[in-house]
Amino acid sequence: MSAPLKETPAASGTVPAQSSVRKNPVRPGDQRSEGVVLNVFSHGFLALWALLIVLPLLWLVLSSFKTDAQIGGSAFGWPQNWSLDVFSRAWEKGIGDYFLNTVIVLVFSVPLTMLFGSMAAYVLARYEFWGNRFLYFFFVAGAMFPVFLALVPLFFMVRRLDMLNTYQGLILVYVAYSMPFTVFFMHSFFRTLPTAVFEAAILDGASHSRTFFQVMLPMAKPGLLSVGIFNTLGQWNQFILPTVLMQPQSGDDPERYVLTQGLIQLQQQQGYASDLPVLFAGVTIAMIPMLIVYLSFQRQVQAGLTSATLK
Amino acid sequence: MRKGQYRFVAGFLFAPVAIYVTFVIWPYIQTFGYSLTDWKGQSQTFNFVGLDNYTALFQDDVFMGAIWHNILFLIFIPVSTILIALFFAFMLNAGGRSRSGGVSGVAGSKYYRVVYFFPQVLSLAIMAVLFGAVYRSDGGGMLNGLLIKLGLVSETSPVEWLNEPNIVLWALLVVVVWHGVGFYLVLFSAAMQSIPRDIYEAALIDGAGRAQSFFRITLPLLWDSVQTAWVYLGIAAMDMFILVSTMTSGDFGGGPDHHSEVMATVMMRNFQLYGRSGYACAMGVVMLVLTLIVSVFTLRATRRERIEF
Repeated sequence: MSAPLKETPAASGTVPAQSSVRKNPVRPGDQRSEGVVLNVFSHGFLALWALLIVLPLLWLVLSSFKTDAQIGGSAFGWPQNWSLDVFSRAWEKGIGDYFLNTVIVLVFSVPLTMLFGSMAAYVLARYEFWGNRFLYFFFVAGAMFPVFLALVPLFFMVRRLDMLNTYQGLILVYVAYSMPFTVFFMHSFFRTLPTAVFEAAILDGASHSRTFFQVMLPMAKPGLLSVGIFNTLGQWNQFILPTVLMQPQSGDDPERYVLTQGLIQLQQQQGYASDLPVLFAGVTIAMIPMLIVYLSFQRQVQAGLTSATLK
Repeated sequence: MRKGQYRFVAGFLFAPVAIYVTFVIWPYIQTFGYSLTDWKGQSQTFNFVGLDNYTALFQDDVFMGAIWHNILFLIFIPVSTILIALFFAFMLNAGGRSRSGGVSGVAGSKYYRVVYFFPQVLSLAIMAVLFGAVYRSDGGGMLNGLLIKLGLVSETSPVEWLNEPNIVLWALLVVVVWHGVGFYLVLFSAAMQSIPRDIYEAALIDGAGRAQSFFRITLPLLWDSVQTAWVYLGIAAMDMFILVSTMTSGDFGGGPDHHSEVMATVMMRNFQLYGRSGYACAMGVVMLVLTLIVSVFTLRATRRERIEF
């Protein structure tokens, strides 16, 4: 994380070169000094905020290499316990299970969300039928309401289906609550696709569903990627739904906590057990996949999340 | 329309609609019904009590306090996040050394953006653990450790950030702002980059300084994004469940002595701890109404003539 802080030599090198080549016609001295002052000023603030972001995270990661006594003592002692043992301990204390549970749920819930969401969006965007507008608003309206409004009846609904503390229950609920946004976004995306391709496919004798799966869906890939990233992050970080739906229902019902829930659980346990390094190691483990996904899809993640908001 | 087409449309809509209605729409509707009953959740029987839950709600000091805290968040979270994000977005996009008299971004703005956005991909649960450690009430906490080093706080009586009635809300606010600034910064800076450069150049020729070009050009053209940001942050401020319930003391948080209580924590406590399902449903309805009021009010209050460019 320290690399991005450094100014690239290439970028800083080009700036003076350009400004010296093209002399400013209007009030040259005045303009330039204002620019330089502002530049120093803005770099100062920008670097400060970057440090405010990076340092706490780095400090937390380093803290997992401290002993418990050290953590309680002083915030800025240098870690002494340089062994990866703490990570395997965290993994065994539950992080491994929580991780696995989250992955199991998301492996099903994200593709299902994308499939059902784009099926509904496609039909609503491309076919005219009675009740089309109504159904569209019906889907999109769900995004307006806070999830707390549904929480109590949702719990009893899932209980009646005998799906409390089960993967399939959480998967279905995730799919349902991701629907409004997915339909909304994919709907606007399918609208922008050219009609000619669709007509050609139908004329060539492809059935409607075949046209969808083999022609339209591949064309919607950029949209699917943005919404997919958005849904993956959203479901990975979801907390309130698993808190309500994924509690062991009886003594012999195993824990199936997802990662967010598990971290909080660990926080509460380790507070008493005084094994804070394990907690910090757990958080570090939870951050790593996000860091990797983020750094490798950085552009898509930023574009996906922000364009989603602007729609 | 041909017959096959109807079958296709119905076939494609069936599963999505079924799941959506079962888990989203139906519970939403049920909430309104249950909010008029004295349902305890465990028992299958309940009585219709009319608006009793709602009248009880407005005499519930804890819940009224929670509404007040949500309102505080509602004012301060959007204002501080948007101001900081706008400031940095402007710095990134227009704070650079001027080349040929034009306005340019600072060097390395790409890297800043990567760093700033990162907290956004982390879950609020991670935020809770991270800031739980930062706010620790002894010298082992990052903040207290720093203040002790600087000599601003004595080692024997560090600040209990999350246990001080007057501080706890602000401590939570900092977490939200820290988490959110990067996101809105990227949002604003995408919007800033879509502003054509010739507008800036024209302003520059007319003799506008940077401050003037920010307030007269950037901000008005960015207004749509600011409005969106405000609505989203407003909705986030009405929630706050994760941070409050995990960082503050008490069952489902809210401590010390209900000084950090928000509507969501009161509701969850009534639902899961006290089993007062009907009452919790009424709180859900109040949350909905307030959220809708906030969204509509924000959109109205910040409405400006849209500028096409």
